[in-house]
Amino acid sequence: MTAEQSLRTPATAPGDTRIHNIGYRSYDGPRLGRGYARLSLYSQSLRGSYGLGRSVKSKVLPMLLFVVMCVPAAIMVAVAVATKANDLPLDYTRYAIVMQAVISLYVASQAPQSVSRDLRFKTVPLYFSRPIETTDYVRAKFAALASALFILTAAPLLVLYIGALLAKLDFSDQTKGFAQGLVSVALLSLLFAGIGLVIASVTPRRGFGIAAVIAVLTISYGAVSTLQAIADAQNSGGDAIAWIGLFSPITLIDGVQSAFLGASSAFPGGVGPSNAEGVVYVLVSLGLIVAGYGLLVRRYKKVGL
Amino acid sequence: MVRVTSVCAVTVIATESLSKRFPRVTALDRLSVDVGPGVTGLVGANGAGKSTLIKILLGLSPATEGRAEVLGLDVATEGAAIRERVGYMPEHDCLPPDVSATEFVVHMARMSGLPPTAARERTADTLRHVGLYEERYRPIGGYSTGMKQRVKLAQALVHDPQLVFLDEPTNGLDPVGRDEMLGLIRRIHTDFGISVLVTSHLLGELERTCDHVVVVDGGTLLRSSSTTDFTQTTTTLAIEVTDTDEHPDGTRAVREALHARGVGVEDGSGLPGAGHVLLLTAQGEETYDLVRDVIADLGLGLVRMEQRRHHISEVFRNSDEERKETAGHDS
Repeated sequence: MTAEQSLRTPATAPGDTRIHNIGYRSYDGPRLGRGYARLSLYSQSLRGSYGLGRSVKSKVLPMLLFVVMCVPAAIMVAVAVATKANDLPLDYTRYAIVMQAVISLYVASQAPQSVSRDLRFKTVPLYFSRPIETTDYVRAKFAALASALFILTAAPLLVLYIGALLAKLDFSDQTKGFAQGLVSVALLSLLFAGIGLVIASVTPRRGFGIAAVIAVLTISYGAVSTLQAIADAQNSGGDAIAWIGLFSPITLIDGVQSAFLGASSAFPGGVGPSNAEGVVYVLVSLGLIVAGYGLLVRRYKKVGL
Repeated sequence: MVRVTSVCAVTVIATESLSKRFPRVTALDRLSVDVGPGVTGLVGANGAGKSTLIKILLGLSPATEGRAEVLGLDVATEGAAIRERVGYMPEHDCLPPDVSATEFVVHMARMSGLPPTAARERTADTLRHVGLYEERYRPIGGYSTGMKQRVKLAQALVHDPQLVFLDEPTNGLDPVGRDEMLGLIRRIHTDFGISVLVTSHLLGELERTCDHVVVVDGGTLLRSSSTTDFTQTTTTLAIEVTDTDEHPDGTRAVREALHARGVGVEDGSGLPGAGHVLLLTAQGEETYDLVRDVIADLGLGLVRMEQRRHHISEVFRNSDEERKETAGHDS
């Protein structure tokens, strides 16, 4: 390479600067096609979810939320180490439930950022006039937001886990809890990404998107937990509480993990769904994720070009 | 990959009784047209079916009936392969304001399948070719309409396609910007070797830029022929001469001298420099000789003598009227 370069430009001594008008050069290199384009869109969207490759202003909120997510974990670890406790103050699986407001805020701010911009500035046709297709676009955006959410929710668990090991807590116990936590936040990431993207993809206005996502996540949670509290007060038993829990995303996750991932439920009375009910929870969660994907594909088939 | 642009007999776009019907409108009605390499203008009023045709040619919208090929690939089955070899510049705004032209075009290059390094190199090259220099590092939000149009053009060219579809590229540009854009479109073919299909509802523009013009109206083909066919029936000459001491008004002297020889001359009113420009109809070689001799006899200097071609609009208007008379159709 160096030999070739020196051959081509033999007289480029310092100070000998000239502007050459190189004419149009055609491109004969590789064209990597759909898979590569999808991967590029995925990485660009994932980076964008944390403001990387975007303006300084757009880095502030996602980074701040990321820090807010991790700080309590760090404090818990510090407390556990300092007090030589024999367990962490909070289960791995409970962490995301407790921090749900931060997660909701993150989805509300980043889902519209990811899809509403392309709709608002009509960039979508530029994608679909290229080899990638509707499904590629939707998959890349879905996977990117789900990955961003997984990073947001799994990072504090990692902090807890490392801290627990430093505090010399029981290794197998902690590893099991950590793994259960990871499965739970992975499901949560997919579910929240699907809900957030479907809502955001309907409106080209970012503001509406943010408000709508927050509304759907908080109102559904508020309604569900109120109804559960009423059911609990009237002593209508765990069954009613469990069925009501199907109607908000965060209680869905709560139900799934208390049925199958050894988590203690945050439902009133602390009674999670039974195993049979848990199966319904899992099916509803997966159904919502698939439905979200289907709705997105349908939406983008329409706005195509 | 085989580049077909250098071979002049190859068809770049071919449609065969292509129709597209929506529940309430027929956007294309049995359109059959062949387009060769070079710059081809697609002319029609708003709603004539131009954008629908482009969508079908990109393989994004299935035709109701008929078939179409782009670069020898069937639009119904090989859409992805077509979109890899074709560039598209939409009519509407399509640029996010908060990123720089460089970032945006690099991203679009990667969406076309270019590896990261190649995407960067091609972006720098392409933006330079469309005339964006230092400003390409600034956010697009601050660009003028002309600069935005250049970015839109750059993203259509960045992957070095064999054919580009430009949908109303001169929309919203001032006369200077329009001229620059048309010059750029011409260069896409002559310098870059990329065939162009450019739509416009302004015929005068295409006359200067295109090799071939396809006129559609109401989804049907009105006319398809080369630009020279459209405009070569008669040639108008524009003449401008200097004044001398002997003939203080050279223009008038020439007009009178030509009149004396029996050649009808008009004032070039409506043209730049009206009053100093004479228009006459060239009957053949001898008209050129006559003008030369007359001006030499008068001892004047000839500033310019140029062919002014007839405008396509006249042709379009004529055929439009004919069609309306025969069909009594209204759109």
